[in-house]
Amino acid sequence: MEIIVNFFEKNGLIVAFVTVGIISYLGFLISKHVLKNKIPGAAVSILLGLIVAYFSGLHTGGSKGIADISIFSGMSLLGGSMFRDFAIVSTAMGASFMLIRQTGLAGAISLVLGTTVSFGGGAIIAVLLGYHDAKSIATIGAGACTFIVGPVTGAALQASSEVIALSIATGVVKSIFVTISTPFIAPYIGLNNAHSAMIYGGMMSTTSGVSAGLAATDIKLVPYGALTATFATGMGCLLCPSVFYLILEKIL
Amino acid sequence: MVIYGVSFLGACYILGQLVGEFLAKWIGVKANVGGVGFAMLFLILAHDYFNKRKLFSAEAEKGILFWSQMYIPVIVAMSATQNVVVALDSGLLAILAGVIPVFMCFACIPLLVKLTKSPLNN
Repeated sequence: MEIIVNFFEKNGLIVAFVTVGIISYLGFLISKHVLKNKIPGAAVSILLGLIVAYFSGLHTGGSKGIADISIFSGMSLLGGSMFRDFAIVSTAMGASFMLIRQTGLAGAISLVLGTTVSFGGGAIIAVLLGYHDAKSIATIGAGACTFIVGPVTGAALQASSEVIALSIATGVVKSIFVTISTPFIAPYIGLNNAHSAMIYGGMMSTTSGVSAGLAATDIKLVPYGALTATFATGMGCLLCPSVFYLILEKIL
Repeated sequence: MVIYGVSFLGACYILGQLVGEFLAKWIGVKANVGGVGFAMLFLILAHDYFNKRKLFSAEAEKGILFWSQMYIPVIVAMSATQNVVVALDSGLLAILAGVIPVFMCFACIPLLVKLTKSPLNN
């Protein structure tokens, strides 16, 4: 047993390839036979991944899903930001520069609007649920942008560690919710072309949510959505602890 | 050779991410600003440039296409390593603040699409 565990740990990335292959196979099988192709196989596989992460988390009490089980530790490398970003960049091969240039301005507007709406929505909910100091409200609002903007803002404003933890949790909830809901909402908001995908990326902000949500909807849209989403965290880190916090302080 | 494509992709990735790091430092932000976006633009433009001059072999292209086909598996691995427990157990505030703004943003998309649609696209 120990030999196997050691072996799996040493060959983590390869074990991850095999594991993801099995999850994907199950996902596509369920999509085809149980759901009659109503939900794409990629979406089911991503959802299966989240379910696996949930039960692994319950089992280990850790924060990295299946990767906290030592034989699957390689999953955090394959699913980490390096491979994710590398794969996102590669999807740009099929993207059209013309379309990107045409939508450039709309993408920029969506970035500002997305950050503002997310921050505002998160801040209002924080106030409704009993937070009254500008620092905490701003940190939670920032968490509603992405799970990176939350702690960056919290640290800059010296918010309490509970509030910072809460802002990270808010960002994680958002990322997972965007992942799951995108394929279902896509038909209603016209998310089926490069133009709307770029706006979607800017509005949703969360790179992980956007990249997974679009993968589950239509892989051809990934480069357009990811292109704008990747600027959103920077935009959030720029606006939340400065302009937005100052406005919040004025109001309160 | 396949490695030329992978290496080319890697070079675009590194250049783009570095631009993102320096841009962040320059505007005083503690995160990478659009590194992936810059990398994607570099890849699109550089690939176009080399392709027009017939300097990009089909074999090299396979090195990039492989990674774009690995995209969904990488995302599956990412989902399997998320902290789903904390997301579900973190209480009402995190769930409401994580979900409601998403709906508000979804609602803005059709509006913004309509406002920014140029006659060129129709």
